[in-house]
Amino acid sequence: MAVKNKKLNLKDKYQYLTRDMAWEPSYQKKEDIFPDEQFEGIKITDWSQWEDPFRLTMDAYWKYQAEKEKKLYAIFDAFAQNNGHQNISDARYVNALKLFLTGVSPLEHAAYQGYAKVGRQFSGAGARVACQMQAIDELRHSQTQQHAMSHYNKHFNGLHDAAYMHDRVWFLSVPKSFFDDARSAGPFEFLTAISFSFEYVLTNLLFVPFMSGAAYNGDMATVTFGFSAQSDEARHMTLGLEVIKFILEQHEDNVPIVQRWIDKWFWRGFRLLSLVSMMMDYMLPNKVMSWAEAWEVYYEQNGGALFKDLERYGIRPPKYQDVANDAKHHLSHQLWTTFYQYSQATNFHTWIPEKEEMDWMSEKYPETFDKYYRPRYEYLAKEAAAGRRFYNNTLPQLCQVCQVPTLFTEMGAPTKLSHRQLVHEGERYHFCSEACCDLFKDEPEKYVQAWLPVHQIYQGNCEGADVETVVQKYYHINIGEDNFEYVGSPDHKHWLSIKGQKPADQSKDAA
Amino acid sequence: MSQLVFIAFQDNDNARYMVEAIQEDNPEAEVQHQPAMIRIQAEKRLVINRETMEEKLGRDWDVQEMLIDVISIGGNVDEDDDHFILEWK
Amino acid sequence: MTIEIKTNSVEPIRQTYGHIARRFGDKPATRYQEASYDLEAKTNFHYRPQWDPDYELNDERRTAIRMEDWYAVTDPRQFYYGAYVGNRAKMQEAAETSYGFCDKRNLLTRLPEETRHMLLRLLVPLRHLELGANMNNSKIAGEATATTVSQMHIYQAMDRLGIGQYLSRIALMIDGTTGAGLDESKGYWMDDALWQPMRKLVEDTLVVQDWFELTLIQNVLMDGLLFPLVYEKMDQWWEEQGAEDVSMLTEFMRDWYKDSQRWTNAMVKVVAGESEANLQQLQTWADQWEPEIYNALKPLAEASVGVEALNEVRAQLATRLKKFGLNTQGVSA
Repeated sequence: MAVKNKKLNLKDKYQYLTRDMAWEPSYQKKEDIFPDEQFEGIKITDWSQWEDPFRLTMDAYWKYQAEKEKKLYAIFDAFAQNNGHQNISDARYVNALKLFLTGVSPLEHAAYQGYAKVGRQFSGAGARVACQMQAIDELRHSQTQQHAMSHYNKHFNGLHDAAYMHDRVWFLSVPKSFFDDARSAGPFEFLTAISFSFEYVLTNLLFVPFMSGAAYNGDMATVTFGFSAQSDEARHMTLGLEVIKFILEQHEDNVPIVQRWIDKWFWRGFRLLSLVSMMMDYMLPNKVMSWAEAWEVYYEQNGGALFKDLERYGIRPPKYQDVANDAKHHLSHQLWTTFYQYSQATNFHTWIPEKEEMDWMSEKYPETFDKYYRPRYEYLAKEAAAGRRFYNNTLPQLCQVCQVPTLFTEMGAPTKLSHRQLVHEGERYHFCSEACCDLFKDEPEKYVQAWLPVHQIYQGNCEGADVETVVQKYYHINIGEDNFEYVGSPDHKHWLSIKGQKPADQSKDAA
Repeated sequence: MSQLVFIAFQDNDNARYMVEAIQEDNPEAEVQHQPAMIRIQAEKRLVINRETMEEKLGRDWDVQEMLIDVISIGGNVDEDDDHFILEWK
Repeated sequence: MTIEIKTNSVEPIRQTYGHIARRFGDKPATRYQEASYDLEAKTNFHYRPQWDPDYELNDERRTAIRMEDWYAVTDPRQFYYGAYVGNRAKMQEAAETSYGFCDKRNLLTRLPEETRHMLLRLLVPLRHLELGANMNNSKIAGEATATTVSQMHIYQAMDRLGIGQYLSRIALMIDGTTGAGLDESKGYWMDDALWQPMRKLVEDTLVVQDWFELTLIQNVLMDGLLFPLVYEKMDQWWEEQGAEDVSMLTEFMRDWYKDSQRWTNAMVKVVAGESEANLQQLQTWADQWEPEIYNALKPLAEASVGVEALNEVRAQLATRLKKFGLNTQGVSA
C-alpha cells in the first residue's frame, strides 16, 4: 500500500473528491430524499454518466475567486476615491445602469436562490455540486453589483431602491416573471431555462457587448464587475451545455420535453432581452456594436453552431427563432419609443437620440431606421421643442406571458402591431405575439396566476388609483428626480455642473 | 454551414500571452480586439496548450488559471491537465 | 464660485441605498450591509412553485420559526462573498502547505499499516457525513428568505464540501492515489456496525422538511458534538497512536469549527430570544435530536477516545446552549 504518491490529474482528482462522497441510501428511500426529481417526466437512468462540466475543487475555487475579488474591490475603491463617475462619457449612460440594477441584479439574487435549491434537488452528486457552485457565484454577482453601483447611487438618481422596485414597477415584472417562471418549475426545467437557454444561448448578448460598451463609455467599475462576473459565467455556460446533453442522452422520451422547454425559454429570454436591445442602441452614448450586430454574432452565428451540434439528439433550433431574427432590425427602436412615452413611470430617463446617434442607427439599420423610426423621433423632437414633450397617459396593455406592453409588430409587417387574445375558462387574456399565446396554451394554469402590474393598479392593489400616487408611493420612484425626460433633469444639471468646472484639457488629472 | 467556436478574454497582460499561445497553436484562428476584451474564434476547434503557455510565460501554468481572465466561450469544453479545447464535433 | 460648484458636484446626494437607509439611516454603509440586506424578492410573486404549491417562492412559512424580521439574524463575521472567499483562501493556503508537506515527506505512508487502516475506518468516512451537511446547507440556503441568513448557509455548504475533500485527500495520500483507501473507507460507512447509527442519522436529516430545524440539527447539535469529539478529543488520541502528523491535516477543520460557532451562536441566540414560542420549538427539536446524535457518535467514541470524552463534549454543548435558554442532557452528565 505504501507507494510514492503521484500527482493526480484533474479528472481523477475531481471524481474522487466529489461524487465519490455520495452513497446509495438504505435507511431512507431515495425518492423521499430527492422528492422533486420525478414530476417533470424527465427520465434519468444513470447519473454516473454525468460529465462534470468543470473540475474545480473547493481549495482551488477559494483561491481563484479570492484573487478575482481582490482585483475587483481594488478597482471599486479606486473608482470611488477618484470620483470615477465624473469620467464617464455622458450621464445619459448612467440610465443603463439604473435599468441594470433594477432589472438584472435582482435576477442574480433569484438565480442564487434557484441554484441553491436545485443544488439539493438532484440525486446526482456531480450535478448538485456544479449547481451549488453556481449558486454561490450568483450570490457573488448580486453582491458585487450592489457594490459597483454604490458609488453611482451617491451621485445619480434612480438607483436607490432596486429590489423594492423590482417587486413592483410595471416593466420590471418582465424580468421578475421570467425568473419566477423558472424557479417555480422543476429542477430540470430550471436548468434548461437558466443554465442552457439563458446562460449558454443568450447572456452573451447582455454581458459581452454591453460590458465592452461600459468600457467604451469610461465606466471602469461596471466593466470590471461585468467581466469578472463573466469569468464565472464561462463555468456556468459549460454547465448549461452539459445539462442539456446529459438529459438528452439519458432517454429518448426526454427529447420532446426538452424541445418544448427550449422553445419556451428561448422565447422568454428573447423577450426579456428586448430591454437590453434598447440599452445597447440607445443608452450607450459611445457605441460599440448595434443590437442587430450582437444578435448576428452571439445568436445567429454562435447559437447556430450550437443547435447544429444538438441536431444529433433530435433537437431543432427554437420554434420562434425566425421571428426573433427578423425582429433584430426593429426591437431596440420599438422599445425605446415605448419607454420614451412612459418615462413618467420609470426610474430612468429617456431622450431623443442626438443627430449623430440617429445617423449611426441609419447606418446600422439601413432597411428600417430611416423608414420607420427616424420620422417618429423627428416628430417627437418637434413636439418637445414646442414645449409638448410627449407622455402617454393611457396605461399600456401588457402581455399575459412575457409582460412586455403589446408593442411589437408582426414579422415582415413592421407597421402592423402583433396582438393575440384568447378566452380561457371565461376570462379573456392578451398576448404580444403568437409565441407568447402558445406558451399560455401549454401552461394556462401557470400563466393565469401572473401578477400583471397594470391590472393590479386597476384593482387598487398599488396604494393608489392614479399614476402619480402609484409611482411615488408604491414604486418609490421620486417624481421629478428619477423619472421623466433626461434633458433638464437633476442628473442632467448635475452632469453639466461637473463638466462646467472641469475644462476638457484637465479632464485626465483627476487622480 | 460554418460552425465557429470562440473564447473571449479580458484585455490585460495575461491575455497577451494567451493570445500569442493560441495563435501559435491555432494559426487559422481569428483574433478580434474590442473595447476591454479580446475575442478569438475559429472553425470547429480551438486549443490552448499548457506547454505552449508555459513556454510563453517562462513558468509553470495551471490550465485552470485561465478561469480568472476568460469572459465567455462557445463550444464543447474538453479540459484536462495539459489542454483546454473548445470544439464542435 | 468655481469652488462652490466643485464642492457641489462631488458632494453625494445620498449616502446609501434606500433599503439600507431605512434600516440604518442615510449614512455611509458597510460593504456587508449593502451586500446582505433586502435584496431578495419579498412580494408579488407570479407563480406558485410546482414542487411546493402550498407556499410562495420566498415564503417565510417554510419553517415553524417565526421572526418579526429575519434580518435580525446577522453574521458576526460580516461575511459577504468577497470577505468569505478571502478568508477561506487564506485558510486553504495554510492547509495546502500542510498537505503538501505531508505528501512530500510521506508522513502518512510511513505509518504502520494498522494505523493507516484505523484512519480509513475512524476518520475518513466522515467525508460522507460532510456531503450530507453540504446537501442540508444548500437546501437551507435555497429556502431561507433573508440574505443575512441564507448566505451563511451557502458558505457553510461549500465549506462542508471542502472539508469532505480534505478528508478524501487523507485517504488518497494513504493509498498512493489509487482510490483503494477511499473504497475501503466507504465500505466502513456503508456496512461497518460502527457507522450505521451515524449513517442512519445523516439519512434521516436528509428528509427533514423544516429548514430551521435542519440548521439546528446540522450546524448546531450535530457539529456541536462531532467536531469537538473528532477534531479535538480524537486529535489527541491519534497522537497517542503515533499518528500525530494527522493533526496537521485536520487543522483546517479545527479553525473552521471555531469560526462557524460565531454565527451559529449568534443565530440561535437571536431566534431563541425572539419569542417564547420559538424557544419552545427549538427545545422540542433539541429534545428529539440531541440524544440521537449522541447515540450515533457513541460507537465512534467507544472505538477511540472512550464514551467519557463524548460525555465531556456533550456537557460543553449543553453549557453553550444553556446560554440561549435551551436545555440538553449533557448538563447532568
